[in-house]
Amino acid sequence: MIKKVFIFVLLLGVGSIFLSLSDNFKEQKELKGIGRYYAENAADELGAANLVTAVVVTYRGLDTLGEVSILFLTSAILGFILSLKKTGSEDDKQVFLPASEILVTASKVMIPIIFIFGAYVFINGHLTPGGGFQGGAIIASAIVLSILAKPESKISHSFISTIESIAGIGFIGAGILGIVLASGFLDNRIMELGTFGTLISAGAIPIIYIFVGMKVGAELTSILVNLKETKNIE
Amino acid sequence: MIYIILSVFLGLFIMVMAIVAVQTDNLKVAIIATGIVSLFASIMFLIYAAPDVAMTEAAIGSGLSTIIFFYVLNKIRKSND
Repeated sequence: MIKKVFIFVLLLGVGSIFLSLSDNFKEQKELKGIGRYYAENAADELGAANLVTAVVVTYRGLDTLGEVSILFLTSAILGFILSLKKTGSEDDKQVFLPASEILVTASKVMIPIIFIFGAYVFINGHLTPGGGFQGGAIIASAIVLSILAKPESKISHSFISTIESIAGIGFIGAGILGIVLASGFLDNRIMELGTFGTLISAGAIPIIYIFVGMKVGAELTSILVNLKETKNIE
Repeated sequence: MIYIILSVFLGLFIMVMAIVAVQTDNLKVAIIATGIVSLFASIMFLIYAAPDVAMTEAAIGSGLSTIIFFYVLNKIRKSND
Protein backbone atom coordinates (compact mmCIF):
# COMPACT_ATOMS: atom_id res chain seq x y z
CA MET A 1 0.00 0.00 0.00
CA ILE A 2 2.74 2.46 1.01
CA LYS A 3 4.59 1.47 -2.14
CA LYS A 4 1.59 2.38 -4.31
CA VAL A 5 1.14 5.73 -2.55
CA PHE A 6 4.83 6.42 -3.09
CA ILE A 7 4.54 5.61 -6.81
CA PHE A 8 1.49 7.88 -7.08
CA VAL A 9 3.30 10.77 -5.36
CA LEU A 10 6.32 10.26 -7.60
CA LEU A 11 4.13 10.33 -10.71
CA LEU A 12 2.45 13.53 -9.49
CA GLY A 13 5.87 15.10 -8.98
CA VAL A 14 7.06 14.17 -12.47
CA GLY A 15 3.75 15.41 -13.87
CA SER A 16 4.12 18.80 -12.15
CA ILE A 17 7.60 19.18 -13.67
CA PHE A 18 6.20 18.61 -17.15
CA LEU A 19 3.15 20.81 -16.47
CA SER A 20 5.33 23.90 -16.07
CA LEU A 21 7.13 22.93 -19.29
CA SER A 22 3.93 22.71 -21.29
CA ASP A 23 2.55 25.92 -19.74
CA ASN A 24 5.55 27.93 -20.89
CA PHE A 25 5.41 26.50 -24.39
CA LYS A 26 5.10 29.07 -27.15
CA GLU A 27 4.82 28.20 -30.79
CA GLN A 28 7.81 29.42 -32.75
CA LYS A 29 6.86 30.99 -36.04
CA GLU A 30 10.39 31.19 -37.38
CA LEU A 31 13.76 29.53 -36.84
CA LYS A 32 16.28 31.10 -34.51
CA GLY A 33 20.01 30.93 -33.96
CA ILE A 34 21.97 28.08 -35.44
CA GLY A 35 18.89 26.40 -36.90
CA ARG A 36 18.24 29.49 -38.99
CA TYR A 37 21.86 29.51 -40.19
CA TYR A 38 21.60 25.85 -41.24
CA ALA A 39 18.30 26.36 -43.06
CA GLU A 40 19.53 29.40 -44.95
CA ASN A 41 23.08 28.42 -45.84
CA ALA A 42 23.27 24.60 -45.98
CA ALA A 43 22.04 24.26 -49.56
CA ASP A 44 24.52 26.83 -50.91
CA GLU A 45 27.47 25.77 -48.76
CA LEU A 46 27.22 21.99 -48.96
CA GLY A 47 24.93 21.33 -51.94
CA ALA A 48 22.76 18.76 -50.10
CA ALA A 49 19.07 18.78 -51.01
CA ASN A 50 18.17 17.01 -47.74
CA LEU A 51 18.93 19.51 -44.98
CA VAL A 52 18.93 16.86 -42.25
CA THR A 53 21.73 15.01 -44.04
CA ALA A 54 23.79 18.18 -44.34
CA VAL A 55 23.50 18.72 -40.58
CA VAL A 56 24.02 15.08 -39.59
CA VAL A 57 26.98 14.31 -41.86
CA THR A 58 28.83 17.61 -42.13
CA TYR A 59 27.92 20.25 -39.53
CA ARG A 60 27.46 17.64 -36.79
CA GLY A 61 29.57 14.91 -38.38
CA LEU A 62 31.49 14.30 -35.18
CA ASP A 63 28.23 13.30 -33.43
CA THR A 64 27.52 10.76 -36.18
CA LEU A 65 31.01 9.36 -35.67
CA GLY A 66 30.22 9.07 -31.96
CA GLU A 67 26.95 7.27 -32.62
CA VAL A 68 28.64 4.81 -34.95
CA SER A 69 31.35 4.18 -32.34
CA ILE A 70 28.72 3.55 -29.65
CA LEU A 71 26.99 1.03 -31.92
CA PHE A 72 30.36 -0.59 -32.62
CA LEU A 73 31.08 -0.79 -28.89
CA THR A 74 27.66 -2.35 -28.23
CA SER A 75 28.11 -4.99 -30.89
CA ALA A 76 31.67 -5.72 -29.73
CA ILE A 77 30.62 -6.12 -26.08
CA LEU A 78 27.66 -8.33 -27.07
CA GLY A 79 29.93 -10.47 -29.23
CA PHE A 80 32.44 -10.77 -26.39
CA ILE A 81 29.85 -11.77 -23.74
CA LEU A 82 28.01 -14.17 -26.04
CA SER A 83 31.23 -15.82 -27.22
CA LEU A 84 32.10 -16.57 -23.56
CA LYS A 85 28.92 -18.67 -23.41
CA LYS A 86 29.79 -20.46 -26.63
CA THR A 87 33.07 -21.98 -25.52
CA GLY A 88 33.23 -25.49 -24.13
CA SER A 89 30.11 -26.87 -25.81
CA GLU A 90 31.29 -27.07 -29.41
CA ASP A 91 30.48 -30.75 -29.91
CA ASP A 92 26.68 -30.69 -29.44
CA LYS A 93 25.03 -29.35 -32.56
CA GLN A 94 22.14 -26.88 -32.55
CA VAL A 95 18.92 -28.36 -33.88
CA PHE A 96 16.81 -26.09 -36.07
CA LEU A 97 13.16 -26.48 -36.88
CA PRO A 98 12.62 -26.06 -40.63
CA ALA A 99 11.03 -22.76 -41.65
CA SER A 100 7.64 -22.76 -43.34
CA GLU A 101 7.37 -23.10 -47.12
CA ILE A 102 5.83 -19.65 -47.55
CA LEU A 103 8.63 -17.95 -45.60
CA VAL A 104 11.37 -19.77 -47.56
CA THR A 105 9.80 -18.98 -50.94
CA ALA A 106 9.02 -15.37 -50.08
CA SER A 107 12.48 -14.78 -48.65
CA LYS A 108 14.07 -15.73 -52.01
CA VAL A 109 12.14 -12.89 -53.67
CA MET A 110 12.25 -10.39 -50.83
CA ILE A 111 15.88 -10.51 -49.64
CA PRO A 112 17.47 -9.02 -52.83
CA ILE A 113 14.75 -6.36 -52.99
CA ILE A 114 15.28 -5.37 -49.35
CA PHE A 115 19.05 -5.23 -49.92
CA ILE A 116 18.63 -2.97 -52.94
CA PHE A 117 16.17 -0.76 -51.03
CA GLY A 118 18.64 -0.40 -48.15
CA ALA A 119 21.41 0.56 -50.57
CA TYR A 120 19.03 3.01 -52.27
CA VAL A 121 18.20 4.65 -48.94
CA PHE A 122 21.81 5.35 -48.00
CA ILE A 123 23.07 6.26 -51.49
CA ASN A 124 20.20 8.77 -51.87
CA GLY A 125 20.64 10.06 -48.32
CA HIS A 126 21.52 13.58 -49.53
CA LEU A 127 18.39 13.81 -51.73
CA THR A 128 15.56 11.97 -49.96
CA PRO A 129 14.77 11.20 -46.31
CA GLY A 130 16.93 8.47 -44.88
CA GLY A 131 20.61 7.88 -44.73
CA GLY A 132 23.31 5.61 -43.44
CA PHE A 133 21.63 4.52 -40.22
CA GLN A 134 18.27 3.81 -41.83
CA GLY A 135 19.81 2.03 -44.82
CA GLY A 136 22.02 -0.07 -42.55
CA ALA A 137 19.04 -1.06 -40.42
CA ILE A 138 17.08 -2.06 -43.54
CA ILE A 139 19.99 -4.21 -44.73
CA ALA A 140 20.18 -5.84 -41.30
CA SER A 141 16.45 -6.64 -41.53
CA ALA A 142 17.15 -8.47 -44.81
CA ILE A 143 19.69 -10.55 -42.87
CA VAL A 144 17.01 -11.23 -40.22
CA LEU A 145 14.74 -12.59 -42.94
CA SER A 146 17.50 -14.82 -44.30
CA ILE A 147 18.27 -16.11 -40.78
CA LEU A 148 14.58 -16.87 -40.19
CA ALA A 149 14.19 -18.61 -43.55
CA LYS A 150 17.42 -20.61 -43.42
CA PRO A 151 18.39 -21.08 -39.76
CA GLU A 152 21.05 -23.66 -40.56
CA SER A 153 23.05 -21.39 -42.90
CA LYS A 154 26.23 -19.85 -41.54
CA ILE A 155 27.23 -16.21 -41.98
CA SER A 156 30.97 -15.71 -41.86
CA HIS A 157 32.18 -13.55 -38.97
CA SER A 158 35.38 -12.61 -40.77
CA PHE A 159 33.36 -11.31 -43.74
CA ILE A 160 31.24 -9.11 -41.46
CA SER A 161 34.23 -7.75 -39.57
CA THR A 162 36.13 -7.10 -42.83
CA ILE A 163 33.25 -5.01 -44.18
CA GLU A 164 32.98 -3.19 -40.87
CA SER A 165 36.70 -2.42 -40.74
CA ILE A 166 36.79 -1.17 -44.34
CA ALA A 167 33.76 1.06 -43.70
CA GLY A 168 35.22 2.43 -40.45
CA ILE A 169 38.59 3.20 -42.02
CA GLY A 170 36.84 4.80 -45.00
CA PHE A 171 34.68 7.00 -42.76
CA ILE A 172 37.66 8.25 -40.73
CA GLY A 173 39.76 8.56 -43.89
CA ALA A 174 37.15 10.77 -45.56
CA GLY A 175 37.06 12.86 -42.39
CA ILE A 176 40.84 13.30 -42.33
CA LEU A 177 40.87 14.14 -46.05
CA GLY A 178 38.50 16.95 -45.07
CA ILE A 179 41.23 18.44 -42.84
CA VAL A 180 43.81 18.24 -45.63
CA LEU A 181 41.73 19.34 -48.64
CA ALA A 182 38.90 21.40 -47.14
CA SER A 183 38.24 23.39 -44.01
CA GLY A 184 37.93 20.77 -41.28
CA PHE A 185 37.29 17.23 -40.07
CA LEU A 186 34.44 15.54 -42.00
CA ASP A 187 34.04 18.50 -44.36
CA ASN A 188 32.24 17.29 -47.48
CA ARG A 189 33.85 19.76 -49.87
CA ILE A 190 36.78 17.46 -50.68
CA MET A 191 35.09 16.83 -54.06
CA GLU A 192 33.18 19.00 -56.49
CA LEU A 193 29.76 19.90 -55.12
CA GLY A 194 28.16 19.07 -58.47
CA THR A 195 24.67 20.04 -59.63
CA PHE A 196 22.23 20.61 -56.77
CA GLY A 197 19.70 17.79 -56.49
CA THR A 198 21.42 15.17 -58.67
CA LEU A 199 22.71 11.80 -57.47
CA ILE A 200 26.39 12.73 -57.73
CA SER A 201 26.33 15.97 -55.78
CA ALA A 202 26.90 17.32 -52.26
CA GLY A 203 30.62 16.49 -52.34
CA ALA A 204 31.58 13.59 -50.09
CA ILE A 205 28.20 13.13 -48.36
CA PRO A 206 27.13 10.11 -50.51
CA ILE A 207 30.52 8.45 -49.99
CA ILE A 208 30.46 9.02 -46.22
CA TYR A 209 26.88 7.73 -46.07
CA ILE A 210 27.82 4.58 -48.00
CA PHE A 211 30.51 3.91 -45.39
CA VAL A 212 28.11 4.65 -42.50
CA GLY A 213 25.45 2.39 -44.04
CA MET A 214 27.89 -0.49 -44.50
CA LYS A 215 29.19 -0.05 -40.97
CA VAL A 216 25.76 0.09 -39.31
CA GLY A 217 24.52 -2.85 -41.39
CA ALA A 218 27.57 -4.92 -40.46
CA GLU A 219 27.30 -4.05 -36.76
CA LEU A 220 23.59 -4.91 -36.48
CA THR A 221 24.19 -8.09 -38.48
CA SER A 222 26.99 -9.15 -36.17
CA ILE A 223 24.69 -8.64 -33.14
CA LEU A 224 22.05 -10.85 -34.78
CA VAL A 225 24.50 -13.53 -35.88
CA ASN A 226 26.06 -13.65 -32.42
CA LEU A 227 22.61 -14.05 -30.85
CA LYS A 228 21.74 -16.80 -33.33
CA GLU A 229 24.88 -18.77 -32.64
CA THR A 230 24.75 -18.79 -28.84
CA LYS A 231 23.71 -21.97 -27.16
CA ASN A 232 20.72 -21.80 -24.88
CA ILE A 233 21.57 -21.04 -21.29
CA GLU A 234 21.49 -24.22 -19.24
CA MET B 1 -7.00 19.83 -37.93
CA ILE B 2 -7.18 16.20 -39.03
CA TYR B 3 -3.52 15.82 -38.07
CA ILE B 4 -4.24 17.05 -34.54
CA ILE B 5 -7.09 14.55 -34.08
CA LEU B 6 -4.96 11.76 -35.56
CA SER B 7 -1.98 12.56 -33.35
CA VAL B 8 -4.17 12.70 -30.21
CA PHE B 9 -5.58 9.25 -31.02
CA LEU B 10 -2.11 7.91 -31.78
CA GLY B 11 -0.80 9.33 -28.53
CA LEU B 12 -3.61 7.72 -26.51
CA PHE B 13 -3.03 4.40 -28.27
CA ILE B 14 0.71 4.61 -27.57
CA MET B 15 -0.03 5.24 -23.88
CA VAL B 16 -2.43 2.28 -23.70
CA MET B 17 0.09 -0.01 -25.39
CA ALA B 18 2.89 1.18 -23.09
CA ILE B 19 0.75 0.41 -20.02
CA VAL B 20 -0.11 -3.02 -21.49
CA ALA B 21 3.61 -3.69 -22.05
CA VAL B 22 4.40 -2.90 -18.42
CA GLN B 23 1.38 -4.53 -16.75
CA THR B 24 0.96 -7.80 -18.64
CA ASP B 25 2.35 -11.06 -17.27
CA ASN B 26 2.83 -12.63 -20.68
CA LEU B 27 6.25 -11.71 -22.04
CA LYS B 28 5.23 -12.30 -25.67
CA VAL B 29 2.39 -9.79 -25.32
CA ALA B 30 4.78 -7.32 -23.70
CA ILE B 31 7.24 -7.57 -26.60
CA ILE B 32 4.50 -7.15 -29.22
CA ALA B 33 3.12 -4.14 -27.31
CA THR B 34 6.58 -2.53 -27.25
CA GLY B 35 6.85 -3.05 -31.00
CA ILE B 36 3.44 -1.44 -31.53
CA VAL B 37 4.49 1.56 -29.41
CA SER B 38 7.50 2.05 -31.70
CA LEU B 39 5.42 1.60 -34.85
CA PHE B 40 2.85 4.21 -33.85
CA ALA B 41 5.58 6.53 -32.58
CA SER B 42 7.11 6.36 -36.06
CA ILE B 43 3.75 7.41 -37.56
CA MET B 44 3.71 10.32 -35.09
CA PHE B 45 7.18 11.38 -36.24
CA LEU B 46 5.95 11.25 -39.84
CA ILE B 47 2.99 13.50 -38.98
CA TYR B 48 5.37 15.94 -37.29
CA ALA B 49 7.39 16.11 -40.57
CA ALA B 50 10.42 14.12 -39.43
CA PRO B 51 10.64 11.29 -41.99
CA ASP B 52 14.30 10.54 -41.19
CA VAL B 53 13.53 9.83 -37.54
CA ALA B 54 10.40 7.90 -38.55
CA MET B 55 12.43 5.56 -40.76
CA THR B 56 14.92 4.88 -37.99
CA GLU B 57 12.18 4.26 -35.45
CA ALA B 58 10.29 1.89 -37.77
CA ALA B 59 13.38 -0.08 -38.81
CA ILE B 60 15.23 -0.29 -35.49
CA GLY B 61 12.52 0.30 -32.88
CA SER B 62 9.71 -1.84 -34.19
CA GLY B 63 11.62 -4.20 -36.49
CA LEU B 64 15.03 -5.20 -35.24
CA SER B 65 14.59 -4.78 -31.49
CA THR B 66 11.36 -6.81 -31.50
CA ILE B 67 13.18 -9.62 -33.31
CA ILE B 68 16.12 -9.42 -30.89
CA PHE B 69 13.75 -9.53 -27.89
CA PHE B 70 12.06 -12.64 -29.32
CA TYR B 71 15.44 -14.28 -29.94
CA VAL B 72 16.51 -13.69 -26.35
CA LEU B 73 13.09 -14.80 -24.99
CA ASN B 74 13.40 -18.00 -27.01
CA LYS B 75 16.86 -18.68 -25.60
CA ILE B 76 15.74 -18.10 -22.00
CA ARG B 77 12.46 -20.01 -22.29
CA LYS B 78 14.08 -23.26 -23.47
CA SER B 79 16.33 -23.35 -20.42
CA ASN B 80 13.43 -22.69 -18.02
CA ASP B 81 11.19 -25.52 -19.24
